[in-house]
Amino acid sequence: MTAPRFTQLTSRTVAILDNDIDTDQIIPARYLKGTDKAGLADALFADWRTRPGFPIGTPAAAGAQILIAGHNFACGSSREHAPWALVAGGFRAVISTSFADIFRGNALKNGLVPVVVPPAVHAALTQARAADPALEVTIDLAAQQLRVPGAPATPFTVDAFARRCLLDGVDELGFLLQHLPEIEAYERRR
Amino acid sequence: MTDANRASAGDARDPQARGTSAARPRTLFDKIWDAHVVAQPDGAPTVLYVDLHLVHEVTSPQAFSGLRERGLRVRRPDKTVATMDHSTPTRPGGLAIADDQARAQVRQLERNCAEFGIKLHELGSAGHGIVHVIGPELGLTQPGKTIVCGDSHTSTHGAFGALAFGIGTSEVEHVLATQCLLQRRPKTMRVTFDGRPAAGVTAKDLILALIAELGVGGATGHVLEYAGEAIRALDMDGRMTVCNMSIEAGARAGMIAPDDTTFAYLAGRAHAPSSMAWDRAVDAWRTLVTDDGAVFDRELRIDASQIEPMITWGTNPGHGIGISQQVPDPAAATDPGVRAALESALHYTQVAAGHSLIGTKVDVVFVGSCTNSRISDLRAAAQIVFGRHVAPGVRMLVVPGSAAIKAAAEAEGLDRVFLDAGAEWREPGCSMCIAMNGDQLAPGQLAVSTSNRNFEGRQGRGSRTLLASPLTAAAAAVTGCVTDPRTLAPLGDRRFA
Repeated sequence: MTAPRFTQLTSRTVAILDNDIDTDQIIPARYLKGTDKAGLADALFADWRTRPGFPIGTPAAAGAQILIAGHNFACGSSREHAPWALVAGGFRAVISTSFADIFRGNALKNGLVPVVVPPAVHAALTQARAADPALEVTIDLAAQQLRVPGAPATPFTVDAFARRCLLDGVDELGFLLQHLPEIEAYERRR
Repeated sequence: MTDANRASAGDARDPQARGTSAARPRTLFDKIWDAHVVAQPDGAPTVLYVDLHLVHEVTSPQAFSGLRERGLRVRRPDKTVATMDHSTPTRPGGLAIADDQARAQVRQLERNCAEFGIKLHELGSAGHGIVHVIGPELGLTQPGKTIVCGDSHTSTHGAFGALAFGIGTSEVEHVLATQCLLQRRPKTMRVTFDGRPAAGVTAKDLILALIAELGVGGATGHVLEYAGEAIRALDMDGRMTVCNMSIEAGARAGMIAPDDTTFAYLAGRAHAPSSMAWDRAVDAWRTLVTDDGAVFDRELRIDASQIEPMITWGTNPGHGIGISQQVPDPAAATDPGVRAALESALHYTQVAAGHSLIGTKVDVVFVGSCTNSRISDLRAAAQIVFGRHVAPGVRMLVVPGSAAIKAAAEAEGLDRVFLDAGAEWREPGCSMCIAMNGDQLAPGQLAVSTSNRNFEGRQGRGSRTLLASPLTAAAAAVTGCVTDPRTLAPLGDRRFA
């Protein structure tokens, strides 16, 4: 199996700044009837695309690989279709002040990096982006730094194991399978 | 069944473990976690053992495909149980799946279960139902177990003193292949509901009040333990309702220490321990309580006697108010971010700020879902409906959570109560909670729903959802508008409790 990798990314951004965006908005349930992970790009934020000025699916957002989102991003359902759809839509990272637990884990397993920054940094980034929508931002996973032109680098933390998996291309299931002898021993002693 | 009170060998190696000494007081969560630590690899999360893996059609196909690509088998099919619930129809008397894609997904589950030797409770079978309803009903859900499923409402099973949480499809594959997960130890929060709720105030109202207090992200990173007099007084159906919605506050899981109510529910269930094993199991289960002096990362106390029937007005489950209270007015918000969020939610739901919701006209009432589709929920709704009729122009769907609940309700005559009142009595499934099975609202329609999520479009594109208890939902059905259920006295002399 090819594990997802991520080292460093410099890209333009898309901003969807609502707080508490739930996974039903990221991908509505009617798109969950498939049996594979592919083909979900058009399902990404399908019902919000009619909102005036909504960026996903517009030419201006094409090529942007970083999403700037509001607080508590991707709450609700455990559907891994949410990171699948975001990755299918070209995203490799999401910057927010907080992520829902299940989504955070699902995202990391798909090479989509959740970057948690303090509210002040989030506000400054949002303002900088408003002033220059073509602003390019760098996410450096090795250094765990968010870099925005003209501002000091912001440190962020990604789970140490998930980070190692992404930097080195470690396959998590492969790692877990290496522990089969301990799993068997645990089952014997219960 | 002794794993829960026996510290595993992995315990001492776990640098994150708080309970390395037998004398140290531990929480219920600590005890279950510690007993399931398989290994603590350097620089990696805990390898945590899973006792029960529940599988459904929507979040599993890609995991089975992953197994095939790697040439792996399901390691413990004996600890894996499947059902089909999300994309299946609930049309009375007709279980044919009209939707080609949903039919293909269900067929795929059937093939996967046959190929990998997994027990499947298929549509139309006696054990069929919503995954979080049948687990407890079959006695698979037991105190002290670790239980996972590719579904965020897996927290339901915590009502039995299990550690139960939702996982993504990658993790479904991990569990299928190894019976383990890589997990970081979450934080803990105890929520104590003091006092007794007033008549007409249900488990659903307790949990909606808590989520309104915490907000939808307020418990992120935490496992909740529910305690206090009001929780102890709940039956298992009510406890499941409370634990079910833990995720709606962002919690990783919710749990309630098992007691005689729990044991009485489990006794005699198909997969519960029998005869001699039962007594040993109950002895072990009685140790699954938070020790005096155990420390939680956070504590919250709520006065249950002050809670009234709750209802949501907005677009997430944190948007709840007491039924007599006013919908928040954005104009009163000082923080511009808060004001914008209120405006956005109200713009979607189109309810009036600054007024109570009482009297708001409803189009549809849905009684069902893994939150409120159990026999107690149906009896509560029936008590309001009995002797009354669904209001003109209102559609009421009653969807039992499982085939067993449907049969039990029919044996009590609840189906006749609903049908005689003009409601629909349907086959078990997730139905209008997730609206991927044909049961959905038309754009703009307003529902009072006993389900768990009022997100935009959750019950169909453009749908508007007010979450409430089965009592409040039934009251809306018979009056045609949002109504305080305490104002509707039971009619006739029949009692359904």
